[in-house]
Amino acid sequence: MFLDFFRRNKKSSAQKAKDRLQIILAHERVSNKAPFLDDLRKDLIQVVAKYVDIDPKEIDVSLQKDNSIEVLEINIPIK
Amino acid sequence: MSGKVLTITSGKGGVGKSTTTANLALGLALAGKKVVTIDLDIGLRNLDMILGLENRIVYDVVNVVEKVCKVKQALIKDKRVDNLFLIAAAQTRDKSAVKPEQILELSNELKKEFDYIILDSPAGIEGGFKNAMLPADEVIIVTTPEISAVRDADRVIGILEANEKKDMSLIINRINPVLVRKGDMMSKDDVLQVLSIPLIGVVPEDGNIVSYTNIGEPSILHPDSPSGKAYKNITQRILGKDVPFIEIVEKKKGIIETIINFFKE
Repeated sequence: MFLDFFRRNKKSSAQKAKDRLQIILAHERVSNKAPFLDDLRKDLIQVVAKYVDIDPKEIDVSLQKDNSIEVLEINIPIK
Repeated sequence: MSGKVLTITSGKGGVGKSTTTANLALGLALAGKKVVTIDLDIGLRNLDMILGLENRIVYDVVNVVEKVCKVKQALIKDKRVDNLFLIAAAQTRDKSAVKPEQILELSNELKKEFDYIILDSPAGIEGGFKNAMLPADEVIIVTTPEISAVRDADRVIGILEANEKKDMSLIINRINPVLVRKGDMMSKDDVLQVLSIPLIGVVPEDGNIVSYTNIGEPSILHPDSPSGKAYKNITQRILGKDVPFIEIVEKKKGIIETIINFFKE
């Protein structure tokens, strides 16, 4: 019982469960809402690569929610 | 009369959908409402046994939608409560035997006769779930405080939102206060923070449920049991009454039990 006192400073497994869920669900909610993101990303790589030198791994396509406005954010760093 | 269709679903299997359905159907019937509950887990029929009505089935829901029998012939009357009826799932068919539109049509017909049509959805997000989703006026999502159940519940909530089903509420089932205190189980508030839909009930883990299911008598018929009390409160909330949520706390132990537990640990 009093051993609980020493265990406190470690994160409880319940807290870890909640943290893990919040991370994975934030990701899944976006991809479920916009299942086209993966395809869009592939198409963008093809088109942009025709004109400039890019690293496909660096392309970031995401759907952001800023207050009530949804923003499609595309980041393409050029080599 | 125009009844309401209440769908009970969860995503993950084994979190207590059918047990919840049986209890809420009985609870609403005991409150004087005319209730019919339909088991949509076609091929894996179970609600009949939980309600103790398995020996009375002649026709099932597939027979009804295929017009082999009239709706009235498939209504199995409960032995304890006058105004509760069950339409059983077919056991020898699979989920593709019925289409969502057929369940919608059946629900609309039943709405004329009943106050509540309670649909017991199968696990998953495929055809069987869609059968239960289309006719729903209100959806109750059942989860337990485990990651897999919460994750699946979130997925179901997402699909329901995408289908414009806005009237959703959550039941958190099998909360174990001892584990929550030790930090080994997510609390009611943890789950609510993750899922953020309105809560309609919290059901404590109750060792009695296994034996109640063994004899086909849902907890709500045992009003002193912890889960029976919780289901009764949920029933009242469905009926629009403002029932406060009782914090689930550990049962106070006597001094002797404390000493025994001390040595057990």
